[in-house]
Amino acid sequence: MFRARSIQSSLSIKDKIISIDYILVISIFILGLTSILAMYSTDGGEFKYHTKSHILRFFIFFGMFLTLSFIQIRFWHSQSYLIYILFFVLLLGVKYFGLTSSGSKRWLDLYFMNLQPSELMKVGLILFLAKYYHRTSIENLNRIRYLFLPIVVLIAPIILVATQPDLGTALLIAAGGLTVAWLAGVRVKFFAISGLAFLALLPIAISFLKPYQKSRILTFLNPERDPLGAGYQIIQSKIAIGSGGLFGKGFLQGSQSYLDYLPEKHTDFIFTLFSEEFGFFGSLFILFLYAIIVWRIIKIGNVTRSNFGKLFCYGFGTAFFIYVVVNMMMVLGLLPIVGSPLPILSYGGSSMMAIMLGLGIVMSCKVYKDTPVN
Amino acid sequence: MLSPSSGNTVIKSKLIGRRMFLLTAAKAIVTFGIIGRLVSLQINERTKYKTLSDKNRFREWKLAPERGVIRDFFDKEIASNQQVYQVHLIPENSKDIEKLFVRLKTILNITEKKLFYLRRVIAKQKPWEPIIVSDNITWSEFSRLNLFLHELEGVKPIVSVARMYPDNSSAHILGYVSQVSAKDLQTKKYLKELHVPGMSIGKTGLERKLDEEIIGKIGFQRYEVNAYGKRIKQILINEGQAGKSFKTTLDFEVQKFTSELIKDKAAAVCVMDVYNGDIVSLVSSPTFQPNEFVHGLDKNYWNSLIKNEMKPLTNKAIAGLYPPGSTIKTLVALSALENGVIKPLDTFKCEGKIELYGEKFHCWEKDGHGIVNLRKGIQRSCDVYFYEVARKLGVDRLSETAKKFGLGKKVLDGFIEERAGVVPNTKWKKKFIGQNWYLGETLHSGIGQGYFQSTPLQLCLMTAQIANGGFEIKPRIIFDKKNNNLREYIKYKNENPNDPLPTDLLVSNFELKPLFKNQEHINLIKDAMFSSSNEPGGTSYRHRWENKKFTFAGKTGSSQIKRFTEAQREAEVKQESLPYKDRDHALFVAYAPYSDPKYAISVLVEHGGSGGKAAAPIAKKVIKKVLERHELRERIDSLLGEQV
Repeated sequence: MFRARSIQSSLSIKDKIISIDYILVISIFILGLTSILAMYSTDGGEFKYHTKSHILRFFIFFGMFLTLSFIQIRFWHSQSYLIYILFFVLLLGVKYFGLTSSGSKRWLDLYFMNLQPSELMKVGLILFLAKYYHRTSIENLNRIRYLFLPIVVLIAPIILVATQPDLGTALLIAAGGLTVAWLAGVRVKFFAISGLAFLALLPIAISFLKPYQKSRILTFLNPERDPLGAGYQIIQSKIAIGSGGLFGKGFLQGSQSYLDYLPEKHTDFIFTLFSEEFGFFGSLFILFLYAIIVWRIIKIGNVTRSNFGKLFCYGFGTAFFIYVVVNMMMVLGLLPIVGSPLPILSYGGSSMMAIMLGLGIVMSCKVYKDTPVN
Repeated sequence: MLSPSSGNTVIKSKLIGRRMFLLTAAKAIVTFGIIGRLVSLQINERTKYKTLSDKNRFREWKLAPERGVIRDFFDKEIASNQQVYQVHLIPENSKDIEKLFVRLKTILNITEKKLFYLRRVIAKQKPWEPIIVSDNITWSEFSRLNLFLHELEGVKPIVSVARMYPDNSSAHILGYVSQVSAKDLQTKKYLKELHVPGMSIGKTGLERKLDEEIIGKIGFQRYEVNAYGKRIKQILINEGQAGKSFKTTLDFEVQKFTSELIKDKAAAVCVMDVYNGDIVSLVSSPTFQPNEFVHGLDKNYWNSLIKNEMKPLTNKAIAGLYPPGSTIKTLVALSALENGVIKPLDTFKCEGKIELYGEKFHCWEKDGHGIVNLRKGIQRSCDVYFYEVARKLGVDRLSETAKKFGLGKKVLDGFIEERAGVVPNTKWKKKFIGQNWYLGETLHSGIGQGYFQSTPLQLCLMTAQIANGGFEIKPRIIFDKKNNNLREYIKYKNENPNDPLPTDLLVSNFELKPLFKNQEHINLIKDAMFSSSNEPGGTSYRHRWENKKFTFAGKTGSSQIKRFTEAQREAEVKQESLPYKDRDHALFVAYAPYSDPKYAISVLVEHGGSGGKAAAPIAKKVIKKVLERHELRERIDSLLGEQV
């Protein structure tokens, strides 16, 4: 252990730079460039607000990601509870000082940007649980006493986010947290029990749902139920993707988005736009980039020595994968429209910030892979 | 402490690794699921979604074609098109329809009822399809609308064309156009692909007969539109095709002249070329204003038409049924001659009435005509003579001749309002009334009363076929250069006066169908008609033309509405003193000029009294007018011939 520490501390700047996972960095960069292309198309082939602001954000947060990569893994470990608490406080802040837009209160006005703390919480919760389960011994793992804290830190932000209301993000936060807990070794029976409890509470939860949320779920079950109302988005998205065919309609030629049939094309439906313009091969290309990113994250998890690092990388990698597939399944009509952005590709500062933060921590696990955290 | 802890860590790592492996497997499955979905949407179903995407992108607006024009023989437009100003509204372009209606009401003259109707239309059709708020507004309304257009989102001022009839004289034969009704859409197949909101279709007369061809081909504009229905760019435009225009055989000048002549009466006049069946004039009176029908009929006007007891909406010339009265005597005589029942010089004695089968049959001349032969019988229109002839002839042989000459069936093609009339015989009575024929009824039939029913057009055709020497012609109203075989035959006959053609050669060389066995019989009838009009004692002698150019040969008739009672007969009650509704219908048929027949005419005056007094004077004037224009008509005809 001493030896390891001495190795790590003796890392030169050159060593650190060499040890970065370049495949991951390049994949992210290509994805970033692709997202700029897509954003340019949503602006109708002009450098307008969305494109400009997306370019700016991508480069700022990409820079942030690279910078964070060199922060000691020990720092992330020691500060994870604090980071979680910070994000939680921000979430509470949303409840009292948040900006309301189209019926939900999700944002904090930070003057230079509107921050969506729920996006940050996606990473914050994974970070918290990674540390928690890193410190919990294998004997204590499945003792009820030790389950108490994870449940609290999981439920508390979810309730805050769900009541914003933002069901989609709440579920994605939960997915990340549960993944870490499961990876750490929490027994399946606990998940089964809480799953049953969840089902039992479902009717009550449904009664808390806003009418538009209920209608979205019903619509998912039968999109043609109300083709001009709630089902409109799913139908139009399927039309756009399907009509792209093998090779797509061509860059800037996506009639569905160009003629505004596609809703939310900057954010949730950016994949639809890309699929329409670049067809099946374009879709595969995006899927391929995401697969590489997830694969590299998991791979970093494999090589990093600490369980904290492993838990975080696996947890974040899986969560990242879930964000991607949930969004894709949503626009492909396989899941209800719950409002979840596609990592990096979608327009949105907070999401970009959270993803880059997570990737930064992952990269730090790579750079300091042999450093013990405690 | 180190080693158990590190051992613990290793176990934990292994656990984490195991579970991660499971997760990775799950991820692979999900990823393949997504790829599968992409394959299904973008490869397998791409055609379907491409179609749906195009359906989104493109919208088509139909363009109503311009209706073809109807012209008279001299190429004057008798049903033309004029520019009209219209207000259209595209519901989806308006944010608040109700507000818009309120605003429109202050600018245009729109009733609440109309608004109610518009709301119903809006609810029924697609939001981007235009509705017609008003299809004919004045220029001042139109300019006011344009002035306030910026406040009226969704409203479009349109300059369009609509049917316009320069004159009411031909209203019946032309018919009128009006908005397509739900029933029209159901019953008329050609409207299925043609229908554009606001389009007018022919409802009666020629407009209806020609509707399918005269409407034209529909055009469309295809636009790329965005999700909010805004037109982004025009992709395709097809102007459609204006409807086919038609030239008719009518003479607008004669139409106007005749219409003016009979405007105060419930009457009808038909004029026909005796050689080719061209209908030169066909007027029914009183007339109506067809222009009123084009842009939605005013209720008061409609009621006034319906309530008028002179029935202005009925085309009396083809849809009015009247007993032919004495005009049928020409055919009774002809039939008797052809069947060898009488000889021209056979006589009967008329004493004003005869008693047969225990019933009294009166002649219209109370004191009787004395000794009567065929010529005198027709000249004086002696009823007793024809009672005797009819009795000998029998109703079945009479009906055969009458049918041959065009009675009892529709003679025009494609006029739904035309009626067939009745030529009675024993079979007919058995079938439709269910009784046996009484001999007394034969006598009534012999003077064109009883069950006999005919239209003025049928009587005109009958006269024309007598006038042309007894050859079948088909009445026609759409101009057609061909089919002048009868003229050729006449020409041939004039050039070879001593070479009468046998009947079978007539048929094979000229495609003519003779209606006689012996043409001499036809000539006898023609001569008798001449005497009726031009010799003292003839029933229309008072209204003859002395000028050879106009001299006509005719036959009067009056069809009884109510039988005279014995008391009335004794008191010699005059028709004029009866109530209007009880007076006889006056009829007159003739052909002119006598020496070289060119036209046949029939005149009907409802409740006009006797044919000689009420109908013949009208015929006299119309004959002059038609013959005066004959040379002009010939010239046009020959010009057209050269063009071919």
